[in-house]
Amino acid sequence: MRADRGLFLHLGVLAALLALHVLAPPYHHTNLARIMVLAVYAMGYNIAFGYTGLLSLGHALFFAAGLYAAGLLVYHAGAGAPVAMIAGVLAGGAVAVAVGLLALRTAGVAFMIVTLMFAQAGYLTILYFGAWTRGDEGIVIPRAARMLGGLDLSDDNTRYLVALGLFALALLGNLALVRSPFGRVMVAMRENEERSRMLGYNPFTVKLGALAISGLYAGLSGAAYGLMFGYVGASLASVQYSILPLLYVLLGGAGTVLGPLLGALVMFYLIDYASSLTDAHQFVTGAALVALVLFAPRGILGTLRARGLRWLP
Amino acid sequence: MDFGPFLLLALMEGLVTAAVLALTASGLSLVFGIMRVVNVAHGAFFMLGAVLAWFVAEWLPGPPALAFAAALVFCPLVVGAIAAIADMAVLKRLNYEPEATIVATIGLLYILEQAALSLFGPDARPVEAPFSFRLQLPWFGYSGYKLAVVVAAALVLLGVWLILKHSRAGLLMRATQEDRDTARAFGINVDRVYAGVFAMGAGLAAIAAVLIVPISQAHYLMGGDPLLLSFIVVIIGGLGSLRGTLVAALLIGLSDGVISTFFAPTLAKIIATLVVALVLVFRPQGLFGKRAA
Amino acid sequence: MAAVSLLEARGLTRHFGGLKAVDRVDFDLAEGEIHALIGPNGAGKTTFVSLLSGRVPVQSGSIRLKGRDITRMPAHARVRAGIAYTFQITQVYGALSVFDNVALAVQSRGAADLAADTMAALARVGLEARADQVAGTLSYGHQRLLEVAMGLALRPTLLILDEPTQGLALAEIAAFKDIVRAVVPGATVLLIEHNMDVVMDLAERITVLNFGTVLASGTPAEIRANRAVQTAYLGG
Repeated sequence: MRADRGLFLHLGVLAALLALHVLAPPYHHTNLARIMVLAVYAMGYNIAFGYTGLLSLGHALFFAAGLYAAGLLVYHAGAGAPVAMIAGVLAGGAVAVAVGLLALRTAGVAFMIVTLMFAQAGYLTILYFGAWTRGDEGIVIPRAARMLGGLDLSDDNTRYLVALGLFALALLGNLALVRSPFGRVMVAMRENEERSRMLGYNPFTVKLGALAISGLYAGLSGAAYGLMFGYVGASLASVQYSILPLLYVLLGGAGTVLGPLLGALVMFYLIDYASSLTDAHQFVTGAALVALVLFAPRGILGTLRARGLRWLP
Repeated sequence: MDFGPFLLLALMEGLVTAAVLALTASGLSLVFGIMRVVNVAHGAFFMLGAVLAWFVAEWLPGPPALAFAAALVFCPLVVGAIAAIADMAVLKRLNYEPEATIVATIGLLYILEQAALSLFGPDARPVEAPFSFRLQLPWFGYSGYKLAVVVAAALVLLGVWLILKHSRAGLLMRATQEDRDTARAFGINVDRVYAGVFAMGAGLAAIAAVLIVPISQAHYLMGGDPLLLSFIVVIIGGLGSLRGTLVAALLIGLSDGVISTFFAPTLAKIIATLVVALVLVFRPQGLFGKRAA
Repeated sequence: MAAVSLLEARGLTRHFGGLKAVDRVDFDLAEGEIHALIGPNGAGKTTFVSLLSGRVPVQSGSIRLKGRDITRMPAHARVRAGIAYTFQITQVYGALSVFDNVALAVQSRGAADLAADTMAALARVGLEARADQVAGTLSYGHQRLLEVAMGLALRPTLLILDEPTQGLALAEIAAFKDIVRAVVPGATVLLIEHNMDVVMDLAERITVLNFGTVLASGTPAEIRANRAVQTAYLGG
């Protein structure tokens, strides 16, 4: 069956990431763990943008919702990491629904600006409640609080495996989603909203559903990021963190399941490499954005899919 | 100080903010109104104007007033030229497709900020005001330069209005705004009009920055707030409506001056951003605009 | 009227500025009939069916489907209630496969066996062999058939076809007529059509619109004999 070619590819990628745990030098362990966690975020972004056509500039708000829900619970309420993780996921989803209820009354450019403004308001709110969040300086989560059911998240090896576990869960969930009937409707909404309406689908609820799932992913990623790297700061809620998943998804290929990982991987090492040459790593980000929309709007995997790999999910 | 003079001071500060904001926002509004482009790099053009003003002041010998006058001419021209190049090299090729254009201008923002950081450095640097006259009021002294900024901004805006309404260039712009394809069919060089409008929008931001830089120093990240405030002004005023933009700039500038005198600035910003989002959701034509096209 | 009424519109009105696109139209559809809507260009036909399908909001008047008031029901809910609309300008999902296009319609009504029902709907229009093809690469005639298949796959009680034969070749039109005949009496068909041969051949009843109002309504023979219709169409 054609369906399984896609499944094998994704299982293969997961196996390769597991193999890298053994093969890659330790220096890359932290990098790859970070990339996998951010790829989960980008996957969530891709569900909204790549599959459903919702170009948001405010996803940092959902990421931050997960990050701060987890971080504040651990830091101020002494919650355990598992509780914090679940709270983070739910917070991401809940904030996405709240934003969606308002923002989805608009479309296109207005939707971009509304989401941007909500995220900006969220970022400023974090600064405003500096007594709790410690603003830009941020909260450092103590090592003792970063235990996920016996797993020490501050240990490089464990962290890599936990990141891989979460990533695998998110990846296979994403694959199942886009192959499900709802996944088909998301794409239909992106391709032609009016047509989909006349097939009996309420555009508002479909988009809200997609945004909610997207928010759950962002929340999971945010919570995991805070607990794994032990830092919860306002800079992670800034507009840069809304642009980041957009960049990853555009680079890897919008509307492809593996695109976010590939985009995160390439961009991360590109900036890493550029930083070793110059300080001008922002330039790399900017130039990549411009070059992508100009020359490769479909991204790496999107281009491959258009050139014959039609089965790529 | 008593409440009355205190309020007067807040209002005067607000008027300066409003004047600079009106200049910056009218550039953003112009670009959106005529080209339907949401220019996220607008704040970066503003910053570039200020940074270039510092370079001019640094390199040009002689009295500060001379350097300042030179900057006032030179900076908008250079920034406008950069904007025109960006338009022709990038935006035109994207066929002004709205979402791609926004992503591209985000990229442009990163590139320009990096350029400023690399060439200008991370420090905030002052530029000397062209004159240091102080207006002595019964309750407090007030910078004559700040009042001059208000007058200068008003003059520039008057100029913009005259160009739009009464010049051939303005006619071409309005024709292009009405219908790009028809304008092209009538032999208007739409590409050149677009490049010109984009340059003019950026140039207005640069003028605003040159005017403000003796008051608030040049810094490579200084574009963020003007961008945000311009967005707020343009959206509240009704996307693309120049008159709405001016009214909103006055309103926001004055209330910003008053609010941030009496309340925490962060709280004021939170409220402002939420208001913008809600205006876009529930009244996309703006509070003063008639109807968005 | 012979049969049970499926849909009744009373005083249906929609103006665009000064233009009275649809003005106080009364209209009835009987269950299981093929009803054609004709009229000169700009007579308000597409606006009228847009009011029925909910794509354009009603200004005044009412619409009842099987006795239930649906005047304020949003378009997507009307589709679920049984009104399917196929677009005048073909709007298939060009980037998706033919299968996915029809599957979207099938899953919208909550089918038990998605794949089987989808293939069955494709078989009704003879596109089953092209299920895996990307819809955008189909010929124009096939895209029209796909559009009809999407309408059929919704299993509507009322299928609205907006100029379905426009741009089709003669052989394709013949095949299309067979497809429409097979839809009744299980469902009702409302057809906007310019091709008079198709109208006279298929329709049991015809309503003529002109300047947003009903000019005449009756059997094909009655319409053919109607002076007012001849005037409107032939200009006297």
